[in-house]
Amino acid sequence: MAVSARGLTKSFGETRALRGIDLDIPRGSVLGVLGPNGAGKTTAVRILTTLLRADSGDATVLGYDVRTQPHEVRKRIGLAGQAATVDEILSGRQNLELVGRLYHLDAASRRRRSSELLEQFDLTEAADRPAKEYSGGMRRRLDLAAALVADPQLLVLDEPTTGLDPRSRNDLWDVLTGLVDGGATLLLTTQYLEEADRLADRIAVIDHGSVIAEGTASQLKREVGGERVAVTASDAADVTRVAEIVATASGAAPQVDRDGRAVTAAVTGLDVLGRVSEGLHAAGIEVDFLGLHRPTLDDVFLQLTGHHAENGAPTTADATPEGADA
Amino acid sequence: MNLVRDGWALTIRNLWHIRRNPERLLDATVQPIMFTVLFVYVFGGAIPVEGGYRDFLMPGIFVQTLAFTSFGTALGLANDRKSGFVDRLLALPTSRSALLVGRVTSDMLVTCLTLVILMATGLVIGWRPHESAGSIALAIALMLLFSLSMTWLGVLLGCIVSEPEAVMGVGFIVLFPLTFVANTFVPTSGMPPVVQTLAEWNPISAVTAAARELLGNTNASLQTSEAWPLLHPELATLLLCVALTAIFAPLALARYRRITRG
Repeated sequence: MAVSARGLTKSFGETRALRGIDLDIPRGSVLGVLGPNGAGKTTAVRILTTLLRADSGDATVLGYDVRTQPHEVRKRIGLAGQAATVDEILSGRQNLELVGRLYHLDAASRRRRSSELLEQFDLTEAADRPAKEYSGGMRRRLDLAAALVADPQLLVLDEPTTGLDPRSRNDLWDVLTGLVDGGATLLLTTQYLEEADRLADRIAVIDHGSVIAEGTASQLKREVGGERVAVTASDAADVTRVAEIVATASGAAPQVDRDGRAVTAAVTGLDVLGRVSEGLHAAGIEVDFLGLHRPTLDDVFLQLTGHHAENGAPTTADATPEGADA
Repeated sequence: MNLVRDGWALTIRNLWHIRRNPERLLDATVQPIMFTVLFVYVFGGAIPVEGGYRDFLMPGIFVQTLAFTSFGTALGLANDRKSGFVDRLLALPTSRSALLVGRVTSDMLVTCLTLVILMATGLVIGWRPHESAGSIALAIALMLLFSLSMTWLGVLLGCIVSEPEAVMGVGFIVLFPLTFVANTFVPTSGMPPVVQTLAEWNPISAVTAAARELLGNTNASLQTSEAWPLLHPELATLLLCVALTAIFAPLALARYRRITRG
């Protein structure tokens, strides 16, 4: 096990940030810790990276106890993300050189490793410019490069793409996918469901300091149930008739969304979509959307916690439409 | 061993900062140079000092500037805490004290450089030391010791106040009166009695008097005060340094341990 944590708790005054968290990461695998802001993700990361002591519970990282052997842990891990930042005044190369010195690499290795990483993260051109002139995406790549200077056996990324525009996020995901394919062991925290889905082998969902679900993305999705047929009426006045049509066609109890226009129901057979389409057509009802809705991690989150993932995360709730507009 | 190596790595990093952002060094030198020019060419004519105002002023400028350097240390620490650099450092297998060692070492190097620039400025405008090389070296050593002792105050402040702007604010509020209600710019003999007493017992006055004496920039007409620190300025300065260190070093180190423990 690269990471094994049992019963971690941490309170800040009255606030119970962690209420007993268990986490396991086998070597060579990626664990995504998913949760909204304030769920306790960063606290967990800070404990596992020796920046913070747990009030109770045990954790070993790469076989070393984070409480009693923090130095051994630090030698073998790399941390990037909101808990660690680049030095804005220094250039990209100076940042990597400095981190190399602080990991006690010799001068030749420092120079070689800095150049390699600048190349790998497409920063060679900007290598000698101060990091404050970098774009958000470049800064995150430099931050990631700094975490990789000493070839860590475990890479810890605390919300690596929070605050990035979609394009930079996609670029960074490509970089991270490359690392994952290369066999890196990764602990990743994120508020983005899509990010965990895309990068992690296993996902631990945390909310209010507890792990409320753990499994692969498809296991978690299965908990929510299978595909659903979804119809969005153009006119809210039609929604009752739409619900009737969907109920008749699917034989399952339909649910009407809060905004009063979208109707969903469990898919009971392959021809449901066709029958709903015929029914709507016969009744002359205009719809904005008709299709199949695949459960997303946002649905998982809603199911488990009773609330959506927050903070404007680019949820995939209305993605993956598989039907045609009727 | 690790402490020396890591402390040196962070010293280099801080010096890289100065090379990238020379403004900070300018801040440390431009203001005293401006004061020098202002006092010599604007106010100096109205301040009658036997032996010449330039010789009188320069030790005061040196000491005021060195008193302010402690706030550079506070500012550096506050910036590193705010930017998240301290967190990055603590997740590395780096000695816990390296941040402090690097900060103090680079700040002392900056202080030395500042002092060299100010002395050169003084020589250009006509200030001259009138003592032996040994005595001048002693004056420099004593001023640097004072600066190092003040650094503990800077470390403490930098560990308590995390907003760099707040550090600046506190610095000015504390240091301006402290360095002006003293014998730095004008002789205390012309001050009203209460202010005069304050100025004579102000530790900055003792350090300035010690520097004047060791640099040969004083004379009998200036030594009118009966206040003990001004009768024994070198000893008073040494005692001040010991007291600053004894009081603020433990407090600063305790605070520092708190921020580097996470």
